[in-house]
Amino acid sequence: MTRIRRVELLGGVLLLLLIWLIVYPLILVLIEGFRGPQGWTLDFVRSFLQPHEASALWGSVWISLVSVLLAAMVGIPLAFLFGRYDFPGRKILGWLVALPAVLPPLVGVIAFLFLYGESGFVSLMIQRLLGLEQPPWMLQGAGAILLVHAYSMYVYFYLFTRAGLASLDASVLEAAASLGAGRWRTLRRVVLPLLYPSLGGAALLTFMTSLASFSAPYIFGGGFRVMTTQIVATRLNGDDELAMIETVSLTMVALIALWMLRGPRRLDSLAGGRKGMAPVRVRVQRRGVRLALALLGWGLAVLLLLPHLTLLLVSFVPLGTWTTEPLPPAYTWRNYLTLLEDPVRARPLFNSLWLASASTVAAVAIALAAGILSVRSRVPGRGLIEGLLALPWAVPGTVFAIALATAFSVRAPLAGRFVLVGTLWILPLAYLVRNLPITSRAVLAGFRALDPSLDEAAATLGAGRWRTLRQVTLPLLRPALLAGASLAFVTAFGDFVTSIMLYTYDTRPISLEILSSLRQSDVGVAAAYGVVLMAVSAAVFALGADQGSGG
Amino acid sequence: MTFLRLEGLTKRFGEMAAVDGLSLTIERGEMLSLLGPSGSGKTTTLRLLAGFESPDQGRVMVEGDDVTRLEPVTRRFGMVFQHYALFPHLDVAQNLAFGLESLGVSGEELERRVARALALVDLAGFERRRIGQLSGGQQQRVALARALAPEPRVLLLDEPLSNLDPSLRERTRREIRELIRRVGITTVLVTHEQDEAFDLGDRVAVLRRGRLEQVGTPEDLYASPANEFVAEFVGRSSSIGVMILGPADRGLRVIIEGAEWDLTDTNAAPAGPALMVVRPEALRLMSPAPRALIGTVTERRFTGAASLFTILTEGGASLEVTGPPRSVRAGERVGIMPSRRAGGGIHLFPRALP
Repeated sequence: MTRIRRVELLGGVLLLLLIWLIVYPLILVLIEGFRGPQGWTLDFVRSFLQPHEASALWGSVWISLVSVLLAAMVGIPLAFLFGRYDFPGRKILGWLVALPAVLPPLVGVIAFLFLYGESGFVSLMIQRLLGLEQPPWMLQGAGAILLVHAYSMYVYFYLFTRAGLASLDASVLEAAASLGAGRWRTLRRVVLPLLYPSLGGAALLTFMTSLASFSAPYIFGGGFRVMTTQIVATRLNGDDELAMIETVSLTMVALIALWMLRGPRRLDSLAGGRKGMAPVRVRVQRRGVRLALALLGWGLAVLLLLPHLTLLLVSFVPLGTWTTEPLPPAYTWRNYLTLLEDPVRARPLFNSLWLASASTVAAVAIALAAGILSVRSRVPGRGLIEGLLALPWAVPGTVFAIALATAFSVRAPLAGRFVLVGTLWILPLAYLVRNLPITSRAVLAGFRALDPSLDEAAATLGAGRWRTLRQVTLPLLRPALLAGASLAFVTAFGDFVTSIMLYTYDTRPISLEILSSLRQSDVGVAAAYGVVLMAVSAAVFALGADQGSGG
Repeated sequence: MTFLRLEGLTKRFGEMAAVDGLSLTIERGEMLSLLGPSGSGKTTTLRLLAGFESPDQGRVMVEGDDVTRLEPVTRRFGMVFQHYALFPHLDVAQNLAFGLESLGVSGEELERRVARALALVDLAGFERRRIGQLSGGQQQRVALARALAPEPRVLLLDEPLSNLDPSLRERTRREIRELIRRVGITTVLVTHEQDEAFDLGDRVAVLRRGRLEQVGTPEDLYASPANEFVAEFVGRSSSIGVMILGPADRGLRVIIEGAEWDLTDTNAAPAGPALMVVRPEALRLMSPAPRALIGTVTERRFTGAASLFTILTEGGASLEVTGPPRSVRAGERVGIMPSRRAGGGIHLFPRALP
């Protein structure tokens, strides 16, 4: 009996920790948005009801809806192409197509700037070719944001659809064929309905990511405001309370979207796990079509890889040498050496490394504790624990930045509030809260996949809890832990949206160094840091994926 | 002498008692089968024995020691799980060593005992195999060897054959039986397959809704079932309502749908309505005759030396009867009589009038 009590006690501690970290700051924001110097007030709500505020909120919503549409239009056909057909180069291309996933949002944005911005390669080349006075377009406003969103978010639709296609049972397609259904009817009546859960998941993910998107609107928005940039602007103006009201409104939109898009989830059981064999890829026979598909694939891959290549190229550009030429005239290693040799420039790299590592370790530890308590010991309140862990996913990063800044700028230890803003601790804490959903989802899924009788087998063989954890549970969870850790690390390492509101000069992370280098027109160093972010993200992803499949 | 004793074990999940006042004694070296349909509480009983669940009432005693509150870790009961629960990240030898390491065995002694356990299940030389490389039958033997390696006090088997191909089951059953006899370990196994329970168990405990219906040797259960549940659950049988008139010149006189039978080889029962549970070999087919029960053949199943006929009586009961393979055809009207040597295959259970 004492053991059960101890487990319940630990469950209570975890629950309190999560409430303190996740719910409490959000509630404080809600309260402060309705409090003026003279007590409760609706003044800030009234100032929120201005036309430009409403247009920012509406901007967030419609940009997100169109982003879902664009991402689906790119991602779904690509998934079908690579998932259902076989043609030369399919494997490597199928892998390259997922590459935008390794670009942290800010890095993707600056790569687009170098490519398609006023003095970007592509813009300048077209200007030269056509002999125009002006650049052929301005990379600004809603169009620019949507372009970046489509580029970075089609990957969700691509990956979800491919996973959905891979889990189809070939015999279902054969059954449709034997019942006389042609290719289109099978697609419309069988394949697409079975893919609904995957597509619903991708749509939800894209919508939420887009709603929370900050980098693209921040850099390209110009006069076009969405809610995330509006919040930061309001905050910089010193209208803290208005920022809180804005934060509350954005959170509500996010939660409503989450609730509305949950519908397709019910079909989960329908698609289920794979029961039979996955459908075989159709081997494209006609030579002309094969060639066309291969060309299309390679063309696409080049297009998708251009931002990565651009970043690499620009990272070798010496300071102040590249002005109006389409391609930079000179190249140097200088920028990378600067990162290593100049302690001031190198600082952000070390900052990001330790901030991301610390928050990752904490996120994995909490996810592990949640797995043990919720899935294994089935403590009371486990539903609440898992719900709280998932909550930050639905709340845009800007909102959490504001919430944490609000909660931890006051010293009131009895109310659980400490002054962390301006210290080393606020950033790892913010990264931790943001990463809890992805890390715990991976780790909890790993726990659920474990056969509980393995624990029981260890017990009958005389292994205590600790030895079972160390020798049975953890080794078997390794793929899930690594997957969860690598996702958390990559997100924290490239974070921009929470960092910009909470960083101090001493803790400035890479993303802010990129921004300030850009402002000083030091594109080389900015790009070099972009390449570092990209390379580390890719390496960590590869490690996570490799271990995930190898274990 | 009694080695393992279950005293009034009760385990409730919410309102429902999964195990309800179960008492059993098991001799040293005996194999006991827990047999019952799903939901009968047999798996819960096994989990109470292993220590994964703790009972609401009752005790588990081993050689006079109360182990009810001992954690599984210290209870020293070995268990073979239904899906084996082998550690997939360890190889065969590491799986076997796992329990021995808990006892502090190491070095050469560890290697020696792992090799001995592997030899016991005829898998010498499989030390470095990964679990995924083994066939289902081999995994089952590794699971058995792993449970036996630390020399537990009691061996628990949870549906040990349910995961194997039907073609493998009989051979594996034989192997398990011989192995456990050779080791001489006290064993409790859970199964819903009567063949398995009878073949592996020295005695069989039949459970229903968490209660013990009867415990005894397979022969006892078959020949003298304690109640209609055991009679119907154990062995092939069919049942039909009868009226017991009382002792006749030879045996007991009963009326079945108007036919008067004198049963010589049945249990004693008071006059009045009763349920007759009858084995197919205790009946015989004949041409319709005055004292015979009349019915129509609805199905014939060929089972080798004899066929099994299903007869729908005029009163609407369905009876199974064994007979020579081609004696009657489907659709034919036949008479049924008790066979001359019923061999204890007819049982009467008094029941209240509906």
